[in-house]
Amino acid sequence: MTDRFISIEGIARSYPKSGGGCTSIFENLWLSMDRGEFICVIGHSGCGKTTVLNILAGLDTPSNGAVIVDGQAIEGPSLDRAVIFQSHALLPWRTVLGNVAYAVSSKWRDWKTAKVNAHAQKFIDLVGLSGAEHKRPAELSGGMKQRVGIARALSIEPKIMLMDEPFSALDALTRGTLQDEVRRICQETGQTVFMITHDVDEAIYLADKVVLMTNGPGAVLAEIVENPLPKERSRNDFHRHPLYYATRNHILDFLVSRSRSFIEEARGVYNPREVPVVRPGLPEPTIAAVQDASAITSRSQQAAAH
Amino acid sequence: MKTASLTGRAAVVSLALLFSFLVAWHLATRDTGTSQRMDPEYAKLMGVTATQGKSAMPGPIDVGAKLWEHLRRPFYDNGPNDKGVGIQLAFSIARVLAGYLLAILVAIPVGFLIGMSPLMSKALDPFIQVLKPISPLAWMPLALYTIKDSSLSAIFVIFICSLWPTLINTAFGVASVRREWLNVAKTLEVGTLRRAFTIILPAAAPTILTGMRISIGIAWLVIVAAEMLVGGTGIGYFVWNEWNNLSITNVITAILVIGIVGMLLDLMLARFTRLVTFPE
Repeated sequence: MTDRFISIEGIARSYPKSGGGCTSIFENLWLSMDRGEFICVIGHSGCGKTTVLNILAGLDTPSNGAVIVDGQAIEGPSLDRAVIFQSHALLPWRTVLGNVAYAVSSKWRDWKTAKVNAHAQKFIDLVGLSGAEHKRPAELSGGMKQRVGIARALSIEPKIMLMDEPFSALDALTRGTLQDEVRRICQETGQTVFMITHDVDEAIYLADKVVLMTNGPGAVLAEIVENPLPKERSRNDFHRHPLYYATRNHILDFLVSRSRSFIEEARGVYNPREVPVVRPGLPEPTIAAVQDASAITSRSQQAAAH
Repeated sequence: MKTASLTGRAAVVSLALLFSFLVAWHLATRDTGTSQRMDPEYAKLMGVTATQGKSAMPGPIDVGAKLWEHLRRPFYDNGPNDKGVGIQLAFSIARVLAGYLLAILVAIPVGFLIGMSPLMSKALDPFIQVLKPISPLAWMPLALYTIKDSSLSAIFVIFICSLWPTLINTAFGVASVRREWLNVAKTLEVGTLRRAFTIILPAAAPTILTGMRISIGIAWLVIVAAEMLVGGTGIGYFVWNEWNNLSITNVITAILVIGIVGMLLDLMLARFTRLVTFPE
Protein backbone atom coordinates (compact mmCIF):
# COMPACT_ATOMS: atom_id res chain seq x y z
CA MET A 1 0.00 0.00 0.00
CA THR A 2 3.06 2.29 0.02
CA ASP A 3 2.17 3.57 -3.45
CA ARG A 4 -0.82 5.35 -1.95
CA PHE A 5 -0.57 9.07 -1.16
CA ILE A 6 -1.71 8.72 2.42
CA SER A 7 -1.57 5.41 4.20
CA ILE A 8 -2.78 4.89 7.74
CA GLU A 9 -1.12 1.66 8.82
CA GLY A 10 -2.46 -0.12 11.85
CA ILE A 11 -2.73 2.84 14.17
CA ALA A 12 -4.13 2.43 17.69
CA ARG A 13 -4.83 4.92 20.44
CA SER A 14 -5.50 4.10 24.04
CA TYR A 15 -5.66 6.15 27.21
CA PRO A 16 -4.75 4.89 30.67
CA LYS A 17 -7.84 4.21 32.77
CA SER A 18 -8.09 5.67 36.25
CA GLY A 19 -8.34 2.24 37.89
CA GLY A 20 -5.33 0.88 36.01
CA GLY A 21 -5.29 -0.72 32.58
CA CYS A 22 -6.12 1.03 29.33
CA THR A 23 -9.18 2.16 27.42
CA SER A 24 -8.66 1.54 23.75
CA ILE A 25 -10.41 4.07 21.52
CA PHE A 26 -9.49 2.19 18.36
CA GLU A 27 -7.02 -0.48 17.43
CA ASN A 28 -5.35 -1.61 14.24
CA LEU A 29 -6.90 0.96 11.96
CA TRP A 30 -5.97 0.85 8.28
CA LEU A 31 -6.98 3.34 5.60
CA SER A 32 -5.43 4.73 2.48
CA MET A 33 -6.17 7.77 0.36
CA ASP A 34 -5.24 8.75 -3.16
CA ARG A 35 -4.00 12.14 -4.19
CA GLY A 36 -6.88 14.52 -4.84
CA GLU A 37 -9.39 12.37 -3.02
CA PHE A 38 -12.05 13.84 -0.74
CA ILE A 39 -12.82 11.53 2.17
CA CYS A 40 -15.46 12.14 4.82
CA VAL A 41 -15.52 10.20 8.07
CA ILE A 42 -18.90 9.70 9.73
CA GLY A 43 -19.48 8.15 13.13
CA HIS A 44 -21.05 8.87 16.45
CA SER A 45 -19.42 11.13 19.03
CA GLY A 46 -16.67 9.43 20.98
CA CYS A 47 -15.73 6.95 18.25
CA GLY A 48 -12.32 8.52 17.84
CA LYS A 49 -12.79 10.45 14.59
CA THR A 50 -11.12 13.54 15.99
CA THR A 51 -8.27 11.44 17.39
CA VAL A 52 -7.62 10.02 13.92
CA LEU A 53 -7.60 13.54 12.51
CA ASN A 54 -5.29 14.79 15.26
CA ILE A 55 -2.91 11.92 14.55
CA LEU A 56 -2.96 12.82 10.86
CA ALA A 57 -2.28 16.44 11.82
CA GLY A 58 0.56 15.40 14.11
CA LEU A 59 -1.10 16.95 17.16
CA ASP A 60 -1.55 13.50 18.72
CA THR A 61 0.61 10.41 18.44
CA PRO A 62 -0.73 6.89 17.94
CA SER A 63 0.04 4.34 20.67
CA ASN A 64 0.83 1.92 17.88
CA GLY A 65 1.20 1.91 14.11
CA ALA A 66 2.17 4.72 11.76
CA VAL A 67 0.82 7.14 9.19
CA ILE A 68 2.69 7.58 5.94
CA VAL A 69 2.10 10.67 3.83
CA ASP A 70 3.71 10.89 0.42
CA GLY A 71 6.26 8.21 1.29
CA GLN A 72 7.23 9.64 4.69
CA ALA A 73 6.09 8.59 8.13
CA ILE A 74 4.70 11.60 9.96
CA GLU A 75 6.43 12.78 13.08
CA GLY A 76 4.60 15.73 14.58
CA PRO A 77 2.79 18.58 12.87
CA SER A 78 3.86 19.76 9.47
CA LEU A 79 3.13 22.60 7.08
CA ASP A 80 2.26 19.93 4.52
CA ARG A 81 -0.92 19.19 6.42
CA ALA A 82 -3.24 22.11 7.13
CA VAL A 83 -5.96 21.86 9.73
CA ILE A 84 -9.29 23.66 9.67
CA PHE A 85 -10.56 23.68 13.22
CA GLN A 86 -14.19 23.37 14.22
CA SER A 87 -13.88 26.49 16.35
CA HIS A 88 -12.04 28.34 13.51
CA ALA A 89 -9.18 29.11 15.98
CA LEU A 90 -8.42 32.55 14.58
CA LEU A 91 -6.05 34.78 16.51
CA PRO A 92 -8.42 37.54 17.74
CA TRP A 93 -5.70 40.18 18.07
CA ARG A 94 -4.84 39.93 14.37
CA THR A 95 -6.84 41.13 11.40
CA VAL A 96 -8.10 38.80 8.68
CA LEU A 97 -5.04 39.59 6.61
CA GLY A 98 -2.83 39.24 9.69
CA ASN A 99 -4.20 35.78 10.43
CA VAL A 100 -3.61 34.51 6.90
CA ALA A 101 -0.26 36.29 6.63
CA TYR A 102 0.86 34.63 9.87
CA ALA A 103 0.43 31.23 8.26
CA VAL A 104 2.10 32.37 5.01
CA SER A 105 5.12 33.80 6.83
CA SER A 106 5.39 30.59 8.86
CA LYS A 107 5.70 28.57 5.68
CA TRP A 108 7.98 30.91 3.72
CA ARG A 109 10.10 32.49 6.43
CA ASP A 110 12.38 34.49 4.13
CA TRP A 111 9.58 36.22 2.23
CA LYS A 112 9.29 40.01 2.45
CA THR A 113 6.15 41.46 4.07
CA ALA A 114 4.80 42.74 0.74
CA LYS A 115 5.10 39.31 -0.84
CA VAL A 116 3.53 37.61 2.18
CA ASN A 117 0.60 40.02 2.14
CA ALA A 118 0.07 39.66 -1.60
CA HIS A 119 0.02 35.88 -1.26
CA ALA A 120 -2.38 36.06 1.70
CA GLN A 121 -4.62 38.48 -0.17
CA LYS A 122 -4.91 36.01 -3.05
CA PHE A 123 -6.44 33.41 -0.73
CA ILE A 124 -8.66 35.96 1.03
CA ASP A 125 -10.05 36.82 -2.41
CA LEU A 126 -10.45 33.11 -3.17
CA VAL A 127 -12.78 32.56 -0.21
CA GLY A 128 -14.73 35.70 -1.08
CA LEU A 129 -13.59 37.97 1.75
CA SER A 130 -12.18 40.81 -0.37
CA GLY A 131 -12.78 44.07 1.43
CA ALA A 132 -12.82 42.51 4.90
CA GLU A 133 -9.07 41.96 5.18
CA HIS A 134 -8.54 44.66 7.79
CA LYS A 135 -11.36 43.54 10.06
CA ARG A 136 -10.71 41.65 13.26
CA PRO A 137 -12.29 38.24 13.84
CA ALA A 138 -14.69 39.72 16.43
CA GLU A 139 -16.24 41.87 13.69
CA LEU A 140 -16.97 38.89 11.46
CA SER A 141 -19.92 36.52 11.36
CA GLY A 142 -19.42 32.81 12.06
CA GLY A 143 -19.39 31.96 8.37
CA MET A 144 -16.83 34.66 7.56
CA LYS A 145 -14.60 33.47 10.41
CA GLN A 146 -14.63 29.95 9.01
CA ARG A 147 -13.82 31.37 5.56
CA VAL A 148 -10.73 32.97 7.09
CA GLY A 149 -9.87 29.57 8.58
CA ILE A 150 -10.17 28.01 5.13
CA ALA A 151 -8.10 30.79 3.54
CA ARG A 152 -5.43 30.31 6.21
CA ALA A 153 -5.32 26.55 5.60
CA LEU A 154 -5.20 26.93 1.81
CA SER A 155 -2.62 29.73 1.84
CA ILE A 156 0.21 27.43 2.91
CA GLU A 157 -0.57 25.23 -0.12
CA PRO A 158 -0.72 22.01 1.87
CA LYS A 159 -0.57 18.50 0.45
CA ILE A 160 -3.62 17.58 2.45
CA MET A 161 -6.35 19.47 4.27
CA LEU A 162 -7.75 18.11 7.51
CA MET A 163 -11.15 19.44 8.53
CA ASP A 164 -12.72 18.69 11.89
CA GLU A 165 -16.44 19.37 11.52
CA PRO A 166 -15.66 22.73 9.96
CA PHE A 167 -19.26 23.79 9.36
CA SER A 168 -21.06 22.30 12.35
CA ALA A 169 -21.25 25.62 14.21
CA LEU A 170 -22.84 27.46 11.27
CA ASP A 171 -26.44 28.01 10.27
CA ALA A 172 -27.82 25.92 7.40
CA LEU A 173 -27.68 28.68 4.78
CA THR A 174 -24.08 29.67 5.51
CA ARG A 175 -23.10 26.03 5.72
CA GLY A 176 -24.49 25.42 2.22
CA THR A 177 -22.59 28.35 0.72
CA LEU A 178 -19.36 27.33 2.38
CA GLN A 179 -19.74 23.72 1.24
CA ASP A 180 -20.07 25.02 -2.32
CA GLU A 181 -16.94 27.14 -1.87
CA VAL A 182 -14.94 24.27 -0.43
CA ARG A 183 -16.07 21.95 -3.22
CA ARG A 184 -15.21 24.51 -5.89
CA ILE A 185 -11.80 25.27 -4.39
CA CYS A 186 -10.92 21.60 -3.88
CA GLN A 187 -11.89 20.73 -7.42
CA GLU A 188 -9.93 23.66 -8.84
CA THR A 189 -6.81 22.90 -6.84
CA GLY A 190 -7.10 19.10 -6.74
CA GLN A 191 -6.74 19.23 -2.98
CA THR A 192 -6.66 16.03 -0.96
CA VAL A 193 -9.12 16.37 1.92
CA PHE A 194 -9.83 14.36 5.06
CA MET A 195 -12.95 15.68 6.71
CA ILE A 196 -14.95 14.73 9.78
CA THR A 197 -18.65 15.42 9.74
CA HIS A 198 -21.91 14.52 11.41
CA ASP A 199 -23.99 15.63 8.47
CA VAL A 200 -24.90 12.83 6.04
CA ASP A 201 -25.94 15.22 3.25
CA GLU A 202 -22.71 17.15 3.62
CA ALA A 203 -20.76 13.92 3.24
CA ILE A 204 -22.72 12.86 0.14
CA TYR A 205 -22.38 16.29 -1.46
CA LEU A 206 -18.66 16.69 -0.83
CA ALA A 207 -17.00 13.33 -0.53
CA ASP A 208 -15.68 10.83 -3.05
CA LYS A 209 -15.67 8.21 -0.32
CA VAL A 210 -17.48 8.16 3.00
CA VAL A 211 -15.79 6.17 5.75
CA LEU A 212 -18.18 4.76 8.35
CA MET A 213 -16.82 4.29 11.84
CA THR A 214 -18.46 2.12 14.52
CA ASN A 215 -19.10 3.29 18.06
CA GLY A 216 -16.21 3.42 20.51
CA PRO A 217 -14.46 2.28 22.58
CA GLY A 218 -12.71 -0.21 20.35
CA ALA A 219 -14.04 1.49 17.20
CA VAL A 220 -13.28 0.07 13.75
CA LEU A 221 -13.76 1.29 10.20
CA ALA A 222 -16.85 -0.64 9.18
CA GLU A 223 -17.17 0.32 5.54
CA ILE A 224 -15.93 2.62 2.88
CA VAL A 225 -18.93 3.87 0.94
CA GLU A 226 -18.03 4.95 -2.56
CA ASN A 227 -20.12 7.89 -3.58
CA PRO A 228 -22.14 6.78 -6.62
CA LEU A 229 -23.15 10.34 -7.53
CA PRO A 230 -21.43 11.87 -10.55
CA LYS A 231 -18.35 14.01 -9.84
CA GLU A 232 -20.12 16.97 -11.45
CA ARG A 233 -22.97 17.55 -9.03
CA SER A 234 -24.65 20.71 -7.84
CA ARG A 235 -26.23 21.62 -4.56
CA ASN A 236 -29.55 22.37 -6.24
CA ASP A 237 -30.30 18.91 -7.56
CA PHE A 238 -27.87 16.35 -6.16
CA HIS A 239 -30.63 15.15 -3.82
CA ARG A 240 -32.79 14.33 -6.86
CA HIS A 241 -30.22 11.94 -8.26
CA PRO A 242 -31.70 8.41 -8.36
CA LEU A 243 -28.88 7.02 -6.25
CA TYR A 244 -29.01 9.79 -3.64
CA TYR A 245 -31.56 8.09 -1.40
CA ALA A 246 -29.91 4.70 -1.66
CA THR A 247 -26.66 6.26 -0.46
CA ARG A 248 -28.32 8.34 2.21
CA ASN A 249 -30.36 5.44 3.54
CA HIS A 250 -27.34 3.21 3.60
CA ILE A 251 -25.36 5.69 5.71
CA LEU A 252 -28.33 6.47 7.98
CA ASP A 253 -29.02 2.77 8.54
CA PHE A 254 -25.45 2.40 9.59
CA LEU A 255 -25.60 5.34 12.01
CA VAL A 256 -28.93 4.26 13.50
CA SER A 257 -28.33 0.56 14.08
CA ARG A 258 -25.32 -1.04 12.44
CA SER A 259 -22.76 1.27 14.08
CA ARG A 260 -23.67 -0.48 17.34
CA SER A 261 -24.04 -4.04 16.11
CA PHE A 262 -21.34 -4.16 13.44
CA ILE A 263 -18.52 -5.47 15.61
CA GLU A 264 -20.67 -8.37 16.90
CA GLU A 265 -21.95 -9.28 13.44
CA ALA A 266 -18.62 -9.08 11.68
CA ARG A 267 -16.69 -11.06 14.28
CA GLY A 268 -14.44 -13.54 12.52
CA VAL A 269 -14.96 -12.21 9.00
CA TYR A 270 -13.82 -8.63 9.52
CA ASN A 271 -10.31 -7.87 8.37
CA PRO A 272 -9.13 -4.39 9.40
CA ARG A 273 -6.68 -4.31 6.49
CA GLU A 274 -9.40 -4.96 3.92
CA VAL A 275 -12.25 -2.67 4.91
CA PRO A 276 -15.25 -3.62 2.73
CA VAL A 277 -15.96 -1.12 -0.02
CA VAL A 278 -19.65 -0.57 -0.72
CA ARG A 279 -21.19 1.21 -3.66
CA PRO A 280 -24.85 1.95 -2.94
CA GLY A 281 -27.28 1.46 -5.76
CA LEU A 282 -26.35 -2.15 -6.38
CA PRO A 283 -29.36 -4.37 -5.69
CA GLU A 284 -30.00 -4.96 -2.02
CA PRO A 285 -32.77 -7.28 -0.86
CA THR A 286 -33.82 -4.92 1.93
CA ILE A 287 -34.78 -2.15 -0.48
CA ALA A 288 -38.33 -2.51 -1.77
CA ALA A 289 -37.72 -1.15 -5.25
CA VAL A 290 -35.11 -3.73 -6.16
CA GLN A 291 -35.95 -3.76 -9.84
CA ASP A 292 -35.77 0.00 -10.21
CA ALA A 293 -32.51 0.28 -8.39
CA SER A 294 -30.82 -2.40 -10.47
CA ALA A 295 -32.24 -0.89 -13.63
CA ILE A 296 -30.77 2.45 -12.69
CA THR A 297 -27.45 0.87 -11.86
CA SER A 298 -27.22 -0.97 -15.14
CA ARG A 299 -28.20 2.16 -16.99
CA SER A 300 -25.59 4.23 -15.23
CA GLN A 301 -23.04 1.52 -15.88
CA GLN A 302 -23.91 1.65 -19.53
CA ALA A 303 -23.59 5.38 -19.48
CA ALA A 304 -20.20 5.04 -17.85
CA ALA A 305 -19.14 2.54 -20.51
CA HIS A 306 -19.89 5.02 -23.28
CA MET B 1 -38.09 67.28 29.80
CA LYS B 2 -35.37 65.11 28.41
CA THR B 3 -33.55 62.96 30.95
CA ALA B 4 -29.84 63.76 31.12
CA SER B 5 -27.30 61.03 30.38
CA LEU B 6 -26.26 58.61 33.11
CA THR B 7 -22.81 60.22 33.31
CA GLY B 8 -24.36 63.65 33.67
CA ARG B 9 -26.71 62.57 36.43
CA ALA B 10 -23.88 60.70 38.24
CA ALA B 11 -21.75 63.87 38.10
CA VAL B 12 -24.56 65.88 39.69
CA VAL B 13 -24.89 63.34 42.53
CA SER B 14 -21.09 63.27 43.00
CA LEU B 15 -20.92 67.06 43.25
CA ALA B 16 -23.85 67.12 45.69
CA LEU B 17 -22.14 64.53 47.90
CA LEU B 18 -18.87 66.47 47.81
CA PHE B 19 -20.63 69.70 48.65
CA SER B 20 -22.51 68.22 51.62
CA PHE B 21 -19.31 66.62 52.89
CA LEU B 22 -17.48 69.95 52.70
CA VAL B 23 -20.35 71.75 54.45
CA ALA B 24 -20.48 69.13 57.22
CA TRP B 25 -16.71 69.33 57.59
CA HIS B 26 -16.82 73.12 57.72
CA LEU B 27 -19.61 73.16 60.31
CA ALA B 28 -17.84 70.60 62.49
CA THR B 29 -14.59 72.53 62.62
CA ARG B 30 -15.71 76.17 62.57
CA ASP B 31 -15.06 78.71 65.33
CA THR B 32 -17.79 78.78 67.93
CA GLY B 33 -16.62 82.25 68.94
CA THR B 34 -17.15 81.65 72.66
CA SER B 35 -13.97 83.25 73.85
CA GLN B 36 -13.59 82.96 77.54
CA ARG B 37 -12.36 85.87 79.47
CA MET B 38 -8.87 84.98 80.40
CA ASP B 39 -5.57 86.57 80.89
CA PRO B 40 -4.19 87.49 77.43
CA GLU B 41 -0.85 85.86 78.26
CA TYR B 42 -2.65 82.68 79.24
CA ALA B 43 -4.90 82.83 76.17
CA LYS B 44 -1.76 83.01 73.96
CA LEU B 45 -0.45 79.87 75.63
CA MET B 46 -3.74 78.02 75.23
CA GLY B 47 -4.16 78.90 71.53
CA VAL B 48 -7.34 79.34 69.54
CA THR B 49 -8.65 75.90 70.44
CA ALA B 50 -9.34 76.98 73.98
CA THR B 51 -10.00 80.69 73.46
CA GLN B 52 -12.39 80.64 70.50
CA GLY B 53 -13.72 77.08 70.67
CA LYS B 54 -11.90 76.41 67.36
CA SER B 55 -11.41 72.74 66.64
CA ALA B 56 -7.82 71.49 66.31
CA MET B 57 -8.91 69.87 63.07
CA PRO B 58 -8.52 72.27 60.13
CA GLY B 59 -11.62 73.07 58.10
CA PRO B 60 -11.98 72.71 54.35
CA ILE B 61 -11.09 76.35 53.78
CA ASP B 62 -7.78 76.00 55.65
CA VAL B 63 -6.93 72.89 53.65
CA GLY B 64 -7.97 74.54 50.39
CA ALA B 65 -5.76 77.53 51.14
CA LYS B 66 -2.84 75.25 51.99
CA LEU B 67 -3.38 73.24 48.85
CA TRP B 68 -3.37 76.38 46.76
CA GLU B 69 -0.16 77.47 48.47
CA HIS B 70 1.46 74.12 47.61
CA LEU B 71 0.20 74.18 44.05
CA ARG B 72 1.55 77.68 43.49
CA ARG B 73 5.03 76.74 44.65
CA PRO B 74 5.37 72.97 44.24
CA PHE B 75 9.14 72.87 43.76
CA TYR B 76 10.67 75.19 46.38
CA ASP B 77 13.55 73.83 48.39
CA ASN B 78 14.38 75.46 51.73
CA GLY B 79 16.61 72.70 53.03
CA PRO B 80 16.10 69.09 54.18
CA ASN B 81 12.92 69.66 56.20
CA ASP B 82 11.14 72.15 53.97
CA LYS B 83 10.69 71.11 50.38
CA GLY B 84 7.77 71.68 48.03
CA VAL B 85 5.22 68.92 47.73
CA GLY B 86 6.14 68.55 44.02
CA ILE B 87 9.72 67.68 44.90
CA GLN B 88 8.55 65.15 47.52
CA LEU B 89 6.17 63.56 45.01
CA ALA B 90 8.89 63.39 42.38
CA PHE B 91 11.11 61.48 44.81
CA SER B 92 8.30 59.03 45.62
CA ILE B 93 7.30 58.49 41.98
CA ALA B 94 10.93 57.97 40.95
CA ARG B 95 11.36 55.30 43.66
CA VAL B 96 8.11 53.60 42.77
CA LEU B 97 8.92 53.54 39.06
CA ALA B 98 12.46 52.23 39.64
CA GLY B 99 11.32 49.39 41.91
CA TYR B 100 8.26 48.67 39.78
CA LEU B 101 10.13 48.49 36.47
CA LEU B 102 12.76 46.22 38.00
CA ALA B 103 9.97 43.99 39.30
CA ILE B 104 8.31 43.86 35.83
CA LEU B 105 11.65 42.97 34.23
CA VAL B 106 11.94 40.01 36.58
CA ALA B 107 8.27 39.02 36.92
CA ILE B 108 7.35 38.72 33.24
CA PRO B 109 10.20 36.38 32.14
CA VAL B 110 9.88 34.28 35.31
CA GLY B 111 6.11 34.21 34.88
CA PHE B 112 6.58 32.99 31.30
CA LEU B 113 8.91 30.26 32.54
CA ILE B 114 6.42 29.13 35.17
CA GLY B 115 3.50 29.31 32.76
CA MET B 116 5.23 27.39 29.98
CA SER B 117 6.99 24.74 32.05
CA PRO B 118 4.92 22.58 34.39
CA LEU B 119 8.20 21.42 35.98
CA MET B 120 9.31 24.96 36.92
CA SER B 121 5.77 25.77 38.00
CA LYS B 122 5.82 22.95 40.54
CA ALA B 123 9.42 23.59 41.56
CA LEU B 124 9.00 27.33 42.21
CA ASP B 125 5.54 27.11 43.73
CA PRO B 126 6.65 26.56 47.39
CA PHE B 127 9.00 29.56 47.25
CA ILE B 128 6.31 31.81 45.83
CA GLN B 129 3.75 30.61 48.35
CA VAL B 130 6.08 31.42 51.27
CA LEU B 131 7.49 34.70 49.95
CA LYS B 132 4.23 36.19 48.66
CA PRO B 133 2.43 36.75 52.00
CA ILE B 134 5.43 38.49 53.62
CA SER B 135 4.70 42.16 54.26
CA PRO B 136 7.13 44.11 52.08
CA LEU B 137 8.12 46.27 55.06
CA ALA B 138 9.40 43.17 56.87
CA TRP B 139 12.23 43.15 54.32
CA MET B 140 13.26 46.68 55.28
CA PRO B 141 15.78 45.88 58.08
CA LEU B 142 17.38 43.19 55.95
CA ALA B 143 17.57 45.58 53.01
CA LEU B 144 19.04 48.36 55.14
CA TYR B 145 21.64 45.99 56.54
CA THR B 146 22.73 44.52 53.21
CA ILE B 147 22.30 47.48 50.84
CA LYS B 148 23.37 50.10 53.42
CA ASP B 149 21.46 52.83 51.59
CA SER B 150 18.04 53.95 52.74
CA SER B 151 16.84 55.16 49.35
CA LEU B 152 17.89 51.94 47.58
CA SER B 153 16.27 49.95 50.39
CA ALA B 154 12.97 51.70 49.71
CA ILE B 155 13.32 50.80 46.01
CA PHE B 156 14.00 47.20 46.99
CA VAL B 157 10.85 47.11 49.11
CA ILE B 158 8.84 48.44 46.16
CA PHE B 159 10.46 45.80 43.95
CA ILE B 160 9.47 43.00 46.30
CA CYS B 161 5.88 44.13 46.69
CA SER B 162 5.23 44.73 42.97
CA LEU B 163 6.79 41.42 41.99
CA TRP B 164 4.05 38.99 43.06
CA PRO B 165 0.86 40.18 41.36
CA THR B 166 2.60 40.54 37.99
CA LEU B 167 4.46 37.24 38.39
CA ILE B 168 1.36 35.28 39.32
CA ASN B 169 -0.83 36.89 36.66
CA THR B 170 1.80 36.33 33.97
CA ALA B 171 2.15 32.67 34.91
CA PHE B 172 -1.63 32.26 34.94
CA GLY B 173 -2.11 34.09 31.64
CA VAL B 174 0.62 32.11 29.91
CA ALA B 175 -0.60 28.77 31.25
CA SER B 176 -4.18 29.41 30.18
CA VAL B 177 -3.59 30.41 26.56
CA ARG B 178 -6.24 28.60 24.54
CA ARG B 179 -5.16 25.18 23.31
CA GLU B 180 -6.53 25.87 19.83
CA TRP B 181 -4.20 28.85 19.37
CA LEU B 182 -1.24 26.72 20.43
CA ASN B 183 -2.41 24.04 18.01
CA VAL B 184 -2.47 26.63 15.22
CA ALA B 185 1.15 27.43 16.03
CA LYS B 186 2.02 23.73 16.14
CA THR B 187 0.48 22.91 12.77
CA LEU B 188 2.32 25.91 11.28
CA GLU B 189 5.60 24.57 12.73
CA VAL B 190 6.22 27.80 14.65
CA GLY B 191 9.35 27.65 16.85
CA THR B 192 9.31 28.12 20.62
CA LEU B 193 10.62 31.69 20.64
CA ARG B 194 8.32 32.88 17.83
CA ARG B 195 5.41 31.11 19.53
CA ALA B 196 6.18 32.89 22.80
CA PHE B 197 6.17 36.31 21.14
CA THR B 198 3.45 35.93 18.51
CA ILE B 199 0.91 33.68 20.22
CA ILE B 200 1.46 33.50 23.97
CA LEU B 201 2.45 37.12 24.62
CA PRO B 202 -0.54 38.72 22.83
CA ALA B 203 -2.92 36.11 24.22
CA ALA B 204 -1.71 36.60 27.79
CA ALA B 205 -1.16 40.38 27.53
CA PRO B 206 -4.51 41.42 29.07
CA THR B 207 -3.90 39.16 32.09
CA ILE B 208 -0.31 40.37 32.42
CA LEU B 209 -1.40 44.01 32.27
CA THR B 210 -4.04 43.37 34.93
CA GLY B 211 -1.27 42.00 37.15
CA MET B 212 0.87 45.07 36.41
CA ARG B 213 -2.06 47.31 37.35
CA ILE B 214 -2.45 45.56 40.71
CA SER B 215 1.32 45.85 41.21
CA ILE B 216 1.46 49.61 40.65
CA GLY B 217 -1.43 50.05 43.08
CA ILE B 218 0.33 48.08 45.78
CA ALA B 219 3.65 49.84 45.08
CA TRP B 220 2.00 53.23 45.61
CA LEU B 221 0.45 52.00 48.86
CA VAL B 222 3.76 50.72 50.16
CA ILE B 223 5.95 53.68 49.20
CA VAL B 224 4.25 55.94 51.78
CA ALA B 225 4.94 53.48 54.60
CA ALA B 226 8.47 52.78 53.34
CA GLU B 227 9.34 56.48 53.22
CA MET B 228 7.99 57.01 56.73
CA LEU B 229 10.58 54.45 57.82
CA VAL B 230 13.58 55.50 55.74
CA GLY B 231 12.95 59.26 55.96
CA GLY B 232 14.79 62.02 54.16
CA THR B 233 12.61 62.66 51.14
CA GLY B 234 9.37 61.54 49.56
CA ILE B 235 5.68 62.08 50.17
CA GLY B 236 5.61 59.47 52.96
CA TYR B 237 8.36 61.30 54.80
CA PHE B 238 6.49 64.56 54.20
CA VAL B 239 3.37 63.16 55.90
CA TRP B 240 5.31 61.95 58.91
CA ASN B 241 7.34 65.16 59.14
CA GLU B 242 4.17 67.30 59.08
CA TRP B 243 2.67 65.06 61.79
CA ASN B 244 5.72 65.80 63.90
CA ASN B 245 5.15 69.50 63.14
CA LEU B 246 1.52 69.00 64.21
CA SER B 247 0.42 70.49 60.89
CA ILE B 248 -2.77 68.54 60.31
CA THR B 249 -3.55 70.84 57.37
CA ASN B 250 -0.41 69.67 55.57
CA VAL B 251 -1.15 66.05 56.44
CA ILE B 252 -4.63 66.27 54.92
CA THR B 253 -3.24 68.03 51.85
CA ALA B 254 -0.68 65.25 51.42
CA ILE B 255 -3.35 62.57 51.80
CA LEU B 256 -5.36 64.20 49.03
CA VAL B 257 -2.32 64.44 46.75
CA ILE B 258 -1.37 60.78 47.39
CA GLY B 259 -4.88 59.73 46.39
CA ILE B 260 -4.81 61.75 43.17
CA VAL B 261 -1.39 60.47 42.09
CA GLY B 262 -2.45 56.88 42.84
CA MET B 263 -5.55 57.37 40.72
CA LEU B 264 -3.49 58.74 37.82
CA LEU B 265 -1.08 55.78 37.96
CA ASP B 266 -4.02 53.38 37.90
CA LEU B 267 -5.66 55.22 34.99
CA MET B 268 -2.40 55.02 33.06
CA LEU B 269 -2.22 51.24 33.45
CA ALA B 270 -5.93 50.93 32.66
CA ARG B 271 -5.25 52.73 29.37
CA PHE B 272 -2.40 50.32 28.56
CA THR B 273 -4.63 47.36 29.41
CA ARG B 274 -7.27 48.59 26.96
CA LEU B 275 -4.63 48.84 24.25
CA VAL B 276 -3.73 45.14 24.45
CA THR B 277 -7.23 43.79 25.11
CA PHE B 278 -8.78 42.07 22.12
CA PRO B 279 -12.47 41.40 21.67
CA GLU B 280 -13.34 37.73 21.22
